[in-house]
Amino acid sequence: MYKIIKKQKLSDTITKLVIESPLVAKKRKAGNFVMIRVVEGGERIPITIADSDIEKGTVTIIVQAIGKTTKMLCSLNEGDFVLDFVGPLGEPTPIHNYGTVVCIGGGVGTAEVYPIAKALRDAGNEVIGIIGARSKDLIILEKEMGEVCNKLYITTDDGSYARKGFVSDQLLELINKGTKIDGVYAIGPIPMMQVCANVTKPFGIKTYVSLNPIMVDGTGMCGGCRVTVGGKMKFACVDGPEFDAHQVDFDELIMRNRTYIDLEKTSLEKYEEHICNLYEKSLSGKGVK
Amino acid sequence: MPNPLKPSERMKIPRQHSIEQNPEERNRNFNEVSFGLNEELALLEAKRCLDCKNPVCIDGCPVRIDIPAFINLIIEKDYSGAADKIREANYLPAICGRVCPQEDQCEIVCILGKKHDPVAIGKLERFVADYEMANKLFKSPVVTNQIDKKVAIVGSGPAGLTCAAELVKLGYKVTIFEALHATGGVLRYGIPEFRLPKEILDIEVNRVRELGAEIITNFVVGRTATLDELIDEMGYEAVFLGTGAGTPNFMEISGEHFSGVLSANEFLTRVNFMKAYAFPETDTPIKIGKQIAVIGGGNTAMDAVRTAKRLGAEKAYLIYRRSRKEMPARIEEVQHAEEEGIEFLMLTNPLRIVGDEFNWVKAIECQKMELGEPDDSGRRKPIPIKGSEYIIEVQNVIEAIGQKPNPIIQATTPGLGVSKRGTVVVDNKTMVTSRPNVFAGGDLIHGGATVILAMHDGKAAAASIHEYLQKGG
Repeated sequence: MYKIIKKQKLSDTITKLVIESPLVAKKRKAGNFVMIRVVEGGERIPITIADSDIEKGTVTIIVQAIGKTTKMLCSLNEGDFVLDFVGPLGEPTPIHNYGTVVCIGGGVGTAEVYPIAKALRDAGNEVIGIIGARSKDLIILEKEMGEVCNKLYITTDDGSYARKGFVSDQLLELINKGTKIDGVYAIGPIPMMQVCANVTKPFGIKTYVSLNPIMVDGTGMCGGCRVTVGGKMKFACVDGPEFDAHQVDFDELIMRNRTYIDLEKTSLEKYEEHICNLYEKSLSGKGVK
Repeated sequence: MPNPLKPSERMKIPRQHSIEQNPEERNRNFNEVSFGLNEELALLEAKRCLDCKNPVCIDGCPVRIDIPAFINLIIEKDYSGAADKIREANYLPAICGRVCPQEDQCEIVCILGKKHDPVAIGKLERFVADYEMANKLFKSPVVTNQIDKKVAIVGSGPAGLTCAAELVKLGYKVTIFEALHATGGVLRYGIPEFRLPKEILDIEVNRVRELGAEIITNFVVGRTATLDELIDEMGYEAVFLGTGAGTPNFMEISGEHFSGVLSANEFLTRVNFMKAYAFPETDTPIKIGKQIAVIGGGNTAMDAVRTAKRLGAEKAYLIYRRSRKEMPARIEEVQHAEEEGIEFLMLTNPLRIVGDEFNWVKAIECQKMELGEPDDSGRRKPIPIKGSEYIIEVQNVIEAIGQKPNPIIQATTPGLGVSKRGTVVVDNKTMVTSRPNVFAGGDLIHGGATVILAMHDGKAAAASIHEYLQKGG
């Protein structure tokens, strides 16, 4: 059992959880993830580590409530526990002084690129941040990214905040302006990562993405997370999750991630029905009809 | 001598058979296939034992259970004593009585088997273990010896559990580190409920705990802490690695990326370990079509195809490129699969997987094979028959073509000798690796073998660890 020490809502659907796990806190590096199982009978899901505090023995994760498990996770409160929490998993990001690196976060992907930006900055890089989301309320970690980036750009799809457009538009603009870029980390929804990869490819800029395929164990056992990179089969959990963006078969990943989409919907509907019932019961219990 | 019968009379008793669930019923549920022998059948079977002066069955057993002694205790109706006798050599009798390939070990050398059927040693082992459980006769041995040294065991599968039990009995402080959220390794994620009920596994694992081993789950050695950190920072003076062979191989044919193509490991982990059979009561999904194909001829392939049948597949094919004779699976499992309506497509080799517009599997293209000369493994080599290609309509392809060791520990432990196949190299007798305080056994060194061999290794390693630590480490 792993205790939730702190909870903070970053938006309607995005929640920050600080979870007690001294061993993971001590060992984790930028790019690592954990596998979490919330309750008995629950599934194991991978979540990237956003931050940690070795002294307090805590690990920070940022979760977007989308399916049953993430909704359940986001509904937990300070003092509650998650049943299983294991890590740090995956190969950490190779941190060197590359020169100037652009770190791009799309939506909740900002939580994943943030520790990388921080580590790259600590290693002496000039870090340019670009974070984006559909609208203003989904922009997260603006302050934190601002602190670790030499320069931070923000985009929203609907123009409700900062520049209207996509993170990739900002990236292309930087390239076109002649900004010297030695590497790009792009983490977010698959189409966003794919577009960023397409933007940098003609310029030969080394670009890395962090992939989020379906996983069961997260330790190399099932092969469910296999992705095609440079024509070869790789397991994202042990060979990744970060890969050379120009080698990744994104279309295949998008299709594979749809494998259980109908069952995921069933699971979520059942959960929401259950929550509604609980709510109605709690109302009737108070004598309110 | 407890056996009242003369040898000639013993030989006249036919081998007794387990009571089993009816195949048409059991292929739709996950309950255990075999109920084992009842007391009456077990007593009769026990009386078949010739109690040989030179009991070669003991040599046939990788952990050297004193087989005639426990059988004699059955004849005396001292079932609890029989279970204790087995446990002197093997701390997991209810598990071994179910999953050991006795027909290739103790029973193949049984003298009675020369002219008649061998004594059903495995079924007797299971009988005493089950009898003891059902009647709550088990008493945990009290460990009186205390040795103030810590030993770390990596992996809570059969090798790790056995090594732990042996070391605890010697008096060591033992911690088992398990990467997953539950114990048992392949016994839990791999072997299905209908062959080894989780309840039985839980009981035997708990006995190792009760004996005095500490078990820590959610701890990936190599990630949560490295092997060197266990030794240098956490104070363990010796380490046993029993991390198994958990990484699945793929055929590397075209179309493996389609949805509906799974490794047997993924399929069985979803169903057994994550309980996907109960979805949506549980949260891990599995999708099994009306027609499915499992590729492979080993026990994992049998487990996968029988599991798929139970999840509702109407046509469950087992595709194997050699003939039935060459299949590495246990005969009993092959027979059970056949009774349950599994369709065996022997001498058939998959060429490619075909997908539909939604990227789901819709068919597998195969070709017929014939057997040629024996290859390096001594088995006749399958050769493709030209022009024999044909298409089988399926919605799932489950690949059970073997596993290799998980690479995490090897990759994070400098100085650990590893073979080209990714297995950890050990001395065959002492199980010591290239590092003097690190020992290994089970599938991690064999690359996919049996539960009992893993237990043999765990036991041998425990003896070597004891010797190593008594010399002062």
